[in-house]
Amino acid sequence: MKQGVNGKDPRFKIAHREAWMGIILVIINFIWWYGFAYGLGSGPVENYTYVFGLPAWFFYSCVAGFILMVILVSFAVKFFFKEVPFEDDIKEHNS
Amino acid sequence: MNWAILTPILVFMVVIFFIGFWASKKVYSSDSFIQEYFLGGRQLGGFILAMTMTATYGSASSFIGGPGAAYTQGLGWVLLSMAQLATGYFVLMILGKKFAIMARKYNSITLVDFLKSRYDSKWVVLLSAASIIVFLFSAMAAQWVGGARLIESVTGLNYTSALFLFAISVVIYVIIGGFRAVAFTDAAQGIVMFGGTLILLIATIYAGGGISNIISDLAAENPNLVTPFGFDGGLTPLYVSSFWILVGVGVVGLPQITVRAMSYKNARAMHTAIIVGTIVVGFIMLGMHLIGVFARPVLPGIDVGDKVMPLLAMEVLPAWLAGLVLAAPMAAIMSTVDSLLLLVSSAVVKDVYLNYIKPEASSRDVKNVSLGVTGVLGVAVFLMALSPPDLIIWLNLFAFGGLEAAFIWPVVLGLYWRKGNKYGALASMVIGVGSYILIHTFFPNPFGIHTVVLPILFSLAAYVTGSLLGRVKGNKPAEAVM
Repeated sequence: MKQGVNGKDPRFKIAHREAWMGIILVIINFIWWYGFAYGLGSGPVENYTYVFGLPAWFFYSCVAGFILMVILVSFAVKFFFKEVPFEDDIKEHNS
Repeated sequence: MNWAILTPILVFMVVIFFIGFWASKKVYSSDSFIQEYFLGGRQLGGFILAMTMTATYGSASSFIGGPGAAYTQGLGWVLLSMAQLATGYFVLMILGKKFAIMARKYNSITLVDFLKSRYDSKWVVLLSAASIIVFLFSAMAAQWVGGARLIESVTGLNYTSALFLFAISVVIYVIIGGFRAVAFTDAAQGIVMFGGTLILLIATIYAGGGISNIISDLAAENPNLVTPFGFDGGLTPLYVSSFWILVGVGVVGLPQITVRAMSYKNARAMHTAIIVGTIVVGFIMLGMHLIGVFARPVLPGIDVGDKVMPLLAMEVLPAWLAGLVLAAPMAAIMSTVDSLLLLVSSAVVKDVYLNYIKPEASSRDVKNVSLGVTGVLGVAVFLMALSPPDLIIWLNLFAFGGLEAAFIWPVVLGLYWRKGNKYGALASMVIGVGSYILIHTFFPNPFGIHTVVLPILFSLAAYVTGSLLGRVKGNKPAEAVM
């Protein structure tokens, strides 16, 4: 395998950063989901408030959480993910 | 026989069959049969990739078992099911470009191929191929039973005819069309799953007199149904959170999902698939499970959870539309089964036959063996599903969590940790599957967390320990391409 002197494929730096973003996103997802569900949903049912007919804990945790993740994921992909070629046999410049 | 419902389902099956047939043409014009047949020539675009991942993941349990459980448990079960939203983006982001690039460098066609190149060990290959064949064969048989029961219950056909109808429609396009046929039919099936969820959700809300009305009916029946804690308060936050491991992040280890992460054309396809996949999987999971909860006031008193979805569709929709909506669970089952069938076939042909039985096989041989093995497996599953042996039912219990515990670390740390080696991988697989079976059998859900959590931690410890100890023995890690 031909590689740089240090044996590191530069594309892997991008790949590693994107994998970390996946981990960060899933942590945000979990905290939002857990926080609203048990933060708002743990009180007695008589004190529940409702959004669009759904209990507020459920609306924020599951419905808004879903929409939030779609927005965050789209944002991350559009602005931080880089397009790299996957094939190895691209011309090797002797720069 | 209920023709009004049966007709749309039959039409759906015929359409799927022709899509598979059409996609198969490409297989025989390709210059690398095996890469084309088992991986679609690594040419999937973003939309198809998103749909095939979602549809493969979404199975009988998302459309039949899940809504049934939500019917019993209330909104707490919908909360639990939303852990699956993570699968929409997490798998592709974690395996991501690194996996796509390394799979190409190694020229891997299957997950086992990748492990073979990464760890350079015969035992890793045999052990992983064996777990794929054993567990996924059983999982497939269980899904077939589900598919046939569904046809049986909504159409009035007897079980054997229903199974036959189901088997014929799936097996033929998988045999002739391979991965590309599976991916394209998955896309059509994914669209049906999405549309079916949407139609049924709207119809159920309408039948229940609006969301507010449904929620107050539920709260009047049992206030626990509208809390996050389940109908009897039994869903603890810890237990529900542990599903993030089983059906969220752990999915990275499932071979039928992983193989898709090496099948796409380019980075752009992956980017599109991440966004589309998140939307589709989130909508289907949220929608289907909400339907289960909303069904309770509309159709009270169902005691078999698996019947909720079919009975509800027939209750709230006109017959022809119910048939269309009931094509959605059919689609979910078919799209899971076709992927499993092809994956088990690839494990037999590529990982066992070509590696150890006849490495010098000509491309003609490979083609004949591939089609033959896929066909024989299809027939074998059909026979198993006619009257499933207890062993198959038992093995199916471990298929999901067991495979996650076996593969998650050898795949993920194999990609990202240079020091990982074959000792770690072997230890991880043995400890992962072994501890899963033991814990499941003797101490299910220890400390109030799902059974899968501890085996995944144990297999992580085994991977790290094995890799570090193995290194002392003077082995060089396979760093060449990392």
